[in-house]
Amino acid sequence: MTAVDGSHRTDVMRHLLSIDDLDRAGIERILDRAASFAEVAGREIKKVPALRGRTVVNLFYEASTRTSSSFELAAKRLSADVVSIRAATSSVTKGESLKDTVQTLTAYDPAAIVIRSPHAGAAQLVARWTDAAVVNAGDGKHEHPTQALLDVYTLRRRLGALDGKRIWIVGDVLHSRVARSDILAFARMGAEVTVSGPPTLIPRGIEALGCSVAPTLDQLAEADVVYVLRMQNERMNEAYVPSLREYATRYQVNAARLRPHQLLMHPGPVNRGVELSADAIDSPQALIAQQVEAGVVVRMAVLYELLAGTNAAPALEAAPEAVAAA
Amino acid sequence: MSVERLFHAPATPAELLIRGAHMLDPRSGLDAPGDVLVRDGAIAEIGAPGALPAPDGADVVEGEGLHLFPAFFDPHVHLRTPGQEHKETLATGTASAAAGGYCGIVAMPNTAPTLDSAPLLGALRDQAAREARVPVGFMPAITRGLVGTDLTEMAELRDAGALGFTDDGRPVVAAGMLRRALQYQRLCGGLLALHEEDPSLSGHGVMHEGAVSARLGMAGIPSISESTMVARDSALAAYEQGRVHFQHLSCVESVDALAAWKAAGAQVSGEASPHHLTLTDEAVLSLDSRFKMNPPLRTEADRQALIAGLRDGTIECIATDHAPHARHEKEVPFEEAPMGVTGLETAFPVLYTDLVLPGVLSLPLVVERMTAGAALLDLPTPTIAVDQPANLVLLDLEASWEVGARGYVSKSANSCFEGRTLRGVVRLTVAAGATVHRAEASTEALA
Repeated sequence: MTAVDGSHRTDVMRHLLSIDDLDRAGIERILDRAASFAEVAGREIKKVPALRGRTVVNLFYEASTRTSSSFELAAKRLSADVVSIRAATSSVTKGESLKDTVQTLTAYDPAAIVIRSPHAGAAQLVARWTDAAVVNAGDGKHEHPTQALLDVYTLRRRLGALDGKRIWIVGDVLHSRVARSDILAFARMGAEVTVSGPPTLIPRGIEALGCSVAPTLDQLAEADVVYVLRMQNERMNEAYVPSLREYATRYQVNAARLRPHQLLMHPGPVNRGVELSADAIDSPQALIAQQVEAGVVVRMAVLYELLAGTNAAPALEAAPEAVAAA
Repeated sequence: MSVERLFHAPATPAELLIRGAHMLDPRSGLDAPGDVLVRDGAIAEIGAPGALPAPDGADVVEGEGLHLFPAFFDPHVHLRTPGQEHKETLATGTASAAAGGYCGIVAMPNTAPTLDSAPLLGALRDQAAREARVPVGFMPAITRGLVGTDLTEMAELRDAGALGFTDDGRPVVAAGMLRRALQYQRLCGGLLALHEEDPSLSGHGVMHEGAVSARLGMAGIPSISESTMVARDSALAAYEQGRVHFQHLSCVESVDALAAWKAAGAQVSGEASPHHLTLTDEAVLSLDSRFKMNPPLRTEADRQALIAGLRDGTIECIATDHAPHARHEKEVPFEEAPMGVTGLETAFPVLYTDLVLPGVLSLPLVVERMTAGAALLDLPTPTIAVDQPANLVLLDLEASWEVGARGYVSKSANSCFEGRTLRGVVRLTVAAGATVHRAEASTEALA
């Protein structure tokens, strides 16, 4: 099993289950390749033949628009055959266990299984049961490593490097897998990470991930990047916050709180008027659209890293030189 | 007196001579090599090594180089019968106990249906009298169906052989309900064993709340969900002058609360499990559901507090909370998996390997705490003394074994120590005067 503390890091990455599977050089290697794929994305024919004849299975146990569609597009642009399975339309709803589902899918000899699950550790389990490379597309509130990679990619394009940058992650950290992967990835790339939100939504002990905690947005001006998390309606019912109104009063990132030099990010989908004001979303500082755009090329690079990265002579005739040199 | 409270299948009383083993009985101070002769299931004679001749027909066991202790007693196991026999049965659970060196175990009532009535207790007694390899006692529920609203017929259950009462697996949430049970205890006796957890604090938690749960994004069970209930129920016990026992203590705050209430004169006692004494929540970083149990593994400071509490007697006894689950039930994501780990076959070896060998706890103390659960339930303590029923465990403390390598005697395999190499192999268990487990040296010891 892959250790989540990163101690089992090796040169050849078999799965991407956690940001801890990657050291800084590994993150940079994947993002450099993503940048070269971005050039492909600018062409009229956006496909490269790297994964021709290989099968990628997308197994999604949770509703997802951008993650599932970008994984699907990423695999198709690498010329893989893609099977996308959604829990609501499969035998999963008939009570089939995760293990049985994975064993069934393994019969198709997939090169990779991309899994999204409401449960922490689901991707680790799948990796134990299959020979395919496994990509964690979000497991419970644990991790969402490709989201963190695309966030780093987006910031690197804008800032060059993250070293010494101050990144504030604002909102419901407790229930956010994005926050956990981002804290790890941003810190690994040299940034100083602060999390801020209502004390009810900041998990006890989060500092151990390598971030500091600010209970209010009073010092938000020090941030170079403000990364806002989605605030879900159901949190009110669970009494984490008394009302969305009170939440917005204290923690909404809006034009009044945002400084001109700050970059604004959000993993989507946004609740307009709750965690972000409309003026902030539509401001030129917002990188939200760039994040979505980065999703496809970063996931192409992840699939390439796992499935083609170790080939001695990958079939890359349509890919730019940077890829072949990597 | 003389309501029967432990039940087992008929077995031939042992005629047995154990020769030259190092005898250790912490209560009597016995700590020397010698011969022990068992006749008709009772200890007939104790002598110097080689001093006792083997009577005709007696089974002779060479004990040189081995240790002989009073057999262990576990006040807290789940035998899953009735209703979940795919996890464990009275036969397999008691065989697992025999393999672990136990001469008595106590089954919890969170079965399907709940053990909360005398007729069901009668049926279990009958089944134990047919199937149980080692004596087994039963603790019916404090509240009907374990739902916390109505008391069980405690007096009738006591007359039918109940050892005590527990809603284990769940807390008695309402203080007023526990108070009624304590008042009723004056009528019928019987220890009230409590699983302490305030559900408004533990919520949907699946592991200890702390840095590891923050890292994994899993809902936490804070230590205070246990310790506030230990303090509350100690106060209730003191007020009603009743007697309560706290099951599977897991955190420093609970040990402190227990010590404080003992000092104040409350009749309170506690138990700790081998897994809480040897593992921490760091193990959950593996995301392996074998490390999921309730209460959860906590921090190193909590583990140290449990060890200190065991050492100074704040915690009276070791209990495994043996909780078997089928493989397919545990082979799911951590948050989905049922709570619980098996423990009967590994309890002594893991404590010996991780606590005695490094010098953290003494061997006599561990043996004492592994037998002390009987007295808490007003049962005779297993002892090595002439004219006492033979309840003995013979161990090879030099031999090691790999947990799970040869499977388990238990029907389930959800051991949190699977794959560990442990010192201490049970060679022979005698329970209630009968030989219930025997393993040959050549087949058990690893190189």
